Parts: sequence; C-alpha cells; structure tokens
Amino acid sequence: MLPAMSATVPRPEPETPVRAEPRHSALVRVTHWLTVVAFLALLITGGEIVISHPRFYWGEVGNVMTRPLFTIPIPSSRDTVPTGYKYVMPDQNGWSRYLHFEAAWVAVLTGLVYLIYGLWGRHFGNNLLPEKGERSWGGFGRAFWRVIAKYLRRGPPDAAEARSYNIVQRTAYLTVIFVLFPLIIWTGLAMSPAFTAAVPESVILLGGRQTARTLHFFISGLLLLFLIVHVTMIAMAGFWTRMRAMITGRGVADPEEKE
Amino acid sequence: MSPISRRKLITGGITATAGVAGLATAASLAQRYGLIPPDHGGVYGPGETLTYAAQRLLTTHAPAREFPRSMISKNPFANETAPPSEAFKTLQAAGFKDWRLTVDGMVAHPASFSLSDLRSLPTRAQITEVACEEGWSYIAEWIGTPLAGVLNEVGVLPQARYVVYYSIQPDWWESVDMADALHPHTFLTMGMNDGDLPVGFGGPLRLRVPRQLGYKSVKYITRMTVTDSLKHFGKGLGSASPEGGYAWFAGI
Repeated sequence: MLPAMSATVPRPEPETPVRAEPRHSALVRVTHWLTVVAFLALLITGGEIVISHPRFYWGEVGNVMTRPLFTIPIPSSRDTVPTGYKYVMPDQNGWSRYLHFEAAWVAVLTGLVYLIYGLWGRHFGNNLLPEKGERSWGGFGRAFWRVIAKYLRRGPPDAAEARSYNIVQRTAYLTVIFVLFPLIIWTGLAMSPAFTAAVPESVILLGGRQTARTLHFFISGLLLLFLIVHVTMIAMAGFWTRMRAMITGRGVADPEEKE
Repeated sequence: MSPISRRKLITGGITATAGVAGLATAASLAQRYGLIPPDHGGVYGPGETLTYAAQRLLTTHAPAREFPRSMISKNPFANETAPPSEAFKTLQAAGFKDWRLTVDGMVAHPASFSLSDLRSLPTRAQITEVACEEGWSYIAEWIGTPLAGVLNEVGVLPQARYVVYYSIQPDWWESVDMADALHPHTFLTMGMNDGDLPVGFGGPLRLRVPRQLGYKSVKYITRMTVTDSLKHFGKGLGSASPEGGYAWFAGI
C-alpha cells in the first residue's frame, strides 16, 4: 500500500493525544542492531582465534617457550601448543580472521555514525548523561543505589523509565560506549604489526603486544558480561515490549499500549 | 510510520545516485592507486579491501618497530614446518653452497644469486618481532640484505606492482606489493642473533616482512617473480594463503 502524501494527512485536533515520539529514534535502532550483528561476529571469531593459542602473556613477547600469565584449559587448534589434551581442534583461523576484521569495520563505522548523531542530535545529552540532579557525586550515588535497591526488590520501573533510561542504565551504556569500545579498538589495533609500525605509541603505552592481546581478551569479557546483564534485564522488564521498542520504535508509553 | 513526502523521494533519489556514482569513482581511484587487494572478492572482500586500503593510505612508509638488544627473546619459537623436501635435503647435505635464488619476471636483467652473492651485497641487521596470526610472538635480530637492493640489481620495470616469492617446499608461496617489497626492513635474511639463520627459523634464506604477520615471512626462498598482476599466479587470489582461507594482506 502506498503511504499517503504528508500534505493530505489532517493535522490532529488539539484534544487528541499527539503520537508519542518513538521510544528509540530510527538511527539508534539501526545502529543498535548493526552493532549487535558485528559484536556477535567479533565474539565468535575472536573465540575461534583464541583456540589457536589459548595462552596469554604480559609484556611484548610470549610463545610456547615462555611462561604464560594464564592459560585457558581448552584444547587448541595447533599441535604446537601444549594443552594436556590428546587431540587438536580444527583450524578455523582463516575465515575467523577475515570475518573478525570485516565485523570490526562494521562496528567502527556504525560507531562513528552513532557518535556523530549522538553529539549533533543531543542523544547523549538527553538520554545518556546523568540528569540534572544526578550530576554531582552525591546525587549520582544516591540515585544509583536507589535504582539498584529497586532492582533487587524487583520493584516496578519509574514512569520516566518508559521514556528514557535510569541512572544505572546511563552509567552502563556510557561505560560501554566511551570506555570499553574505545579500549577494545585500541587494544585490537595494538596487535597489528603494520598499524603499530605507523603508530608505535599505540602499543608502547599499553606495555607491549602481548599485554595488548591479554587486555583485548579481558575487555571482550567485560563486553560479554554487559551483553548478558543487558539481555537479562530486558527479559525481566518484558522481553517482547523492549524488543519491539528497539525494532519498531513503538514504546511502552504509547497510550494504546499499556503494560 | 510517517508518510513519504515528495521532497524525501527526491532527496533520497539524489542521495542514492550520488552514492552509486561516488562508489564507482572510489572503486576506480582505489584501483588506480593500488588499494584493492587480490583477495577482494567474496563475502569477506569488503572488509579486506577496507583494511588494505586504510593500511596503504596510512602506513605505507612507516618503519617497522625495532627493539633494543636487551629485548631479544632468549628462547625464540621456531614454528613447525612440513618435513623438508628431497630437494632441500640434498642442498642441506652440501652445506647449502648450491642454494640459488632466481629473480625473474618484470625485470631488466633476470638473475640467479648464490648465498655468497647475496652476502656480498650490503648487509643490514634489524631487531624486530615475529608475530604469528595465532597470537604468539618473539623478538630476534635478523641479518641479511634488503630486498630493495636485490630488486635494484635486477632492474625492476616501472609497471611492476608485486613480488611473488616461493619456498623450496611445495605449495608454499606468497606475494607482497611494491610498498612492502621495497620497504627498507624487508630483508632476504641469512643470519639470526649473530649466527647463521637456523633451518628451523627459515635458513638458509628467509624473506622477512616485519610489518606483516609471520606467515608472510616465507622460509627457504629459492625464487622470486616480479609482476604487474597476480591474476595468473595460482588461483589468482595473490598467494597460497588466501587459497587456504587466510587473508593475503597480513598487516593486521
């Protein structure tokens, strides 16, 4: 069906409720799902790459002849790695590495679009930075613990939360966007022999190539932790309503849709 | 859903046309400036092309990272290789005195070098890291002669764009673009840590490409071909690596 021309749509009467703003803007929805796809691809392929050498080191160098910082007790896809297992996993590094970097491009380019939108369209200011009363340490702390306490006793969300995020969500999202994502990109690039040739500080500041690899692994663990908590919270808050809000933009605050 | 207005249709159309035209221009410029890798096809082609193009625009002239002597690894790890071929064992039994490196293709004077010929060229040393795509790494001193000098000897023709290099071991070959081939840290390596290059590490002759991962530093080099296109080498993907599922450009 062809949509009507905007000129033919009658203006709503002042009494009728004006259609609510979408719960999430179209740009936030699109960049969110692109990031989901890219992140899952990065997580799976990253795991596959780790299987070829499930040992982690600190400093510049590390290999099977040096002592690891820690090892993951899994079999490896290389018979040169001593794992204690009698078998070797199939080598998946070729496509994993191709897909890892392709997905990294999707994530980074999506992130750039989101960043420009967030700064320009005031998304960060309106939805992610703490609200006025919560910008001091005391105000932030009080609001933060109040929300945590409410989560713990499984209390209903505030009315405002149907339209925007509470302080705990804001803190988590800001941490992921402005701390974990930059760090995962930085530690990833610090493993590239060509990039570090051009920008040696990128790896020197971290303390070495193997440190960068180990940090990359830990940060991906933190991102995975965020993903698990995020999906759990959505499931507890009403999975399909939240999914619909992030897919179609229709929010729980819509008058025709009461929870 | 808000209805689509005429203005939106028009601006959308203009944007889409500009986008297609922009992409076409970008593709032809990228081709002209050598920003398209040989393994640009397939599902992973866009990512690979972005990576290679970004690296070529940003890192072409960057020197490889070098390290102080104190950071040389005490126990470097010689990654495993296939059992040596009969041809290798014969040359090894004679102390590699008959080892030859032939250089042909788009060169003015195709030539064949013995190891002592290569040793008579200017010798350089670099303390650089070998980083494997698996994640491990070590640092060693590598002694040899820059590939650029050898290419200068044979007179590379101006249309040359890639150097293809072969191991004496079957089905082991790689290629690099001229930016990496002529890079001052790309060495034909014959020595390691003040001694001869051990067989385990690629002796008697290994091409070190320190700005790319270890698999580009092919061991036991016997032949090089200079070319303007990789289409007719193997399956046309650039080297044995993409044929085995691995990226041709290994700078990341």
